[in-house]
Amino acid sequence: MRTSKNLPAFVTAVAVVLGLSACSGGDDGAGASRAKPTNCTNKIVHEDATRVSVWAWYPNMAKVVDNFNNAHTDVQVCWTNAGQGQPQYEKFQTAISAKKGAPDVVMLESDQLVGFEIQDALVDLAPFGADTVKKNFSEGAWKDVSQGTAVYAIPVDGGPMALIYRTDVFRKYGITAPPKTWPEYAAAAARVKAAGGPVFGDFGSNVPAVTTALMMQKGAQPFGYDLSDKQNITIKLDDQATKDVLTFWGELAKNGLVGKEDQFTTDYISGMVGGKYATYVSAAWAPGYLTGAGVGGGTEKGTWAVAPLPQWDPANPVEVNWGGSTFAVTSQASDKAAAAKVAMGLYADEPSLTDGWKSQTIFPLNTGVLTSTEFVDARSEFFNGQTANRDVYIPAANAYRGAVYSPFTVYYYAQLQAQIVKLNAGQTTGAQAATDLHDEIVKYAKTQGFTVR
Amino acid sequence: MAATVDTRPSTPRAVASDPPGTAPARRRSARRGALGWLFILPFLIVFVVFLIGPLAYAGYLSLYTKGLATGTTFAGLDNYTRAFGDPSFRKGLWFVLRFSLVVIPLQMIVALVAALVLDEVTGRLARFSRLVIFLPYAIPAVLGALMWGFLYSPSFGPIEQLASAFDVRAPFLLSQGNIFYGLLNVVTWQWAGYYMIIIYAALQSIDSSVYEAARMDGANARQIALRIKVPMVTSALTLILIFSLIGTLQFFTEPQILGPIANGTVTPDFTPNIYAFNLAFRYAQFNYASAISFALGFVVFVAVAIFMIVTRKKGSIFT
Repeated sequence: MRTSKNLPAFVTAVAVVLGLSACSGGDDGAGASRAKPTNCTNKIVHEDATRVSVWAWYPNMAKVVDNFNNAHTDVQVCWTNAGQGQPQYEKFQTAISAKKGAPDVVMLESDQLVGFEIQDALVDLAPFGADTVKKNFSEGAWKDVSQGTAVYAIPVDGGPMALIYRTDVFRKYGITAPPKTWPEYAAAAARVKAAGGPVFGDFGSNVPAVTTALMMQKGAQPFGYDLSDKQNITIKLDDQATKDVLTFWGELAKNGLVGKEDQFTTDYISGMVGGKYATYVSAAWAPGYLTGAGVGGGTEKGTWAVAPLPQWDPANPVEVNWGGSTFAVTSQASDKAAAAKVAMGLYADEPSLTDGWKSQTIFPLNTGVLTSTEFVDARSEFFNGQTANRDVYIPAANAYRGAVYSPFTVYYYAQLQAQIVKLNAGQTTGAQAATDLHDEIVKYAKTQGFTVR
Repeated sequence: MAATVDTRPSTPRAVASDPPGTAPARRRSARRGALGWLFILPFLIVFVVFLIGPLAYAGYLSLYTKGLATGTTFAGLDNYTRAFGDPSFRKGLWFVLRFSLVVIPLQMIVALVAALVLDEVTGRLARFSRLVIFLPYAIPAVLGALMWGFLYSPSFGPIEQLASAFDVRAPFLLSQGNIFYGLLNVVTWQWAGYYMIIIYAALQSIDSSVYEAARMDGANARQIALRIKVPMVTSALTLILIFSLIGTLQFFTEPQILGPIANGTVTPDFTPNIYAFNLAFRYAQFNYASAISFALGFVVFVAVAIFMIVTRKKGSIFT
């Protein structure tokens, strides 16, 4: 009798417990389906084929993925945009630490590779036939993705840097030719400002990769690191070149000659459209991203042009690079051969590459495209018909000598960003910023167990 | 499982020593105890899985250290000594402490004044005002922060548009010098309404005969408000203070959301919680991030304990 009175209560309690365990059962179901990713942004053409999950943020990625899936019956790409650059790296890093949740193939900028290689997060593609596509790339491009004989990623695009500028602003304030040297750049900036014009450029704290490239242009070599000598690293951030470049930009910002705004924000883009910045020191892929954000299509259509990056010593020009990405296979990939096939074949087909360079979303590293007359002689719509590839970007890419990155690029960029913020706020000097940055990075490297030389 | 509990006899000793008559009663109470546990079980599972478990795991993580080049090693309490000596952690802590000192009194004054006024007036306007003041709390913090981000924007924001109508430049409220005030505004806007409702509810529960007596003794409205109402809602004010103290020391959402448009003002170590978040999910230092989290938890605990002791000693800090 008593039992029967209590029975409904028991049933309720048990049902609740069962309900909870049913929830956790659902989680297991999701885990099981990870082998075949289903939450793709794109449409899967061949349902039965092996699916390879990909994280990438190229603006024309939807087309690129469709091109791949239509051309392959055995492998299908399941694509997700997990963020542009930094936000995606954070997710990938967390997935590595959690030992699950990473995609099979991930888009990585070349400055990030070694940081993930050292964590054994990437798969050596040499045993999967990476050498068959080696011929498509220059020696330098291939070197950037290799460690000895191991190949950790397949390059797609590079980011030769140049000076993008507004012809209407230049004309209005009597700047007849784009500055060829940095002192000329500063002088032109002062002239525009004195005439009541807009700021000349921007020293944004959220693009530390640009500042790093400009430091390297003056001869800085922040890092010396080789994965085969895992424990040892050379750090040199308090050298004169770094100090000079930080001082140069810090002074421009202090004197109101360049803006202090972060880039890629809505405010910044609207400033670009509105002619708030006379120049934009950026890479070859910038026009594609700017067009996607709505720049170059409004009232300022046809006012953009590009010139070679200003130099410190015009007699010995140095060209630098910002960004440019690769596809790498992660060590969490369940079918590494299929993933390797995607890494080598995605954004490597002619229609995708053509779409990419025509929209100036990528500066291709595929030598077949680089040397084609169609590419070389192309007239850029964004740059008002200028033959930007032949005049500016191809020479810059050819003169690029490569760079060495640290295995903690994310941390280094965060610290450089903090110094740029301080510089922009007038709380430090260029020289002091370089010294503080150096000390901070050396300290960090030591806590990470590196021997700093 | 339920069946097993139900049929299990009492312990052998109880059966042997007790008179036969009391055994069923004991059995019943034992069963009732088991039944109680069964009802607690759903909560207990969630509590253990989502609170105790992660806490224990974080505590375990905080005792180790992991280097890119060295791998994981046992560190003991090294992470904690490092945390309290870490300029980034200290800087963040100093910021939230300073912020607390300003934002908590500000919120409380706004909430108290609003509650006192709304308690006096009646009618449709009062009900409407109550709702409007409470509304910001009903907006998720993330959306609220995004909205303020737009309002503060130097290109689109109405503040800048208003200023340009008078031909001046509005200050950018997220610049390094102004972000303290920019955030102060967002947080007060978000939370004052919620605290107002708590105080208002406390005011409503006061017996109106108290006011009657005060009025008979010749007290005016202002005296009733300050001498009767405020002391009688002291416990609500204490509650608010503890809530906002804990919340502010763990400050995260608003600076995190406004960070991307603040031109780098919101550094990765802006507040201790943001610092812990970035350590874990940006630099993959889960061990040190756990230690920072526990260190912050310790500081919050100490701050609240100090406050409780101070208020207990004097009976109430408001009288």
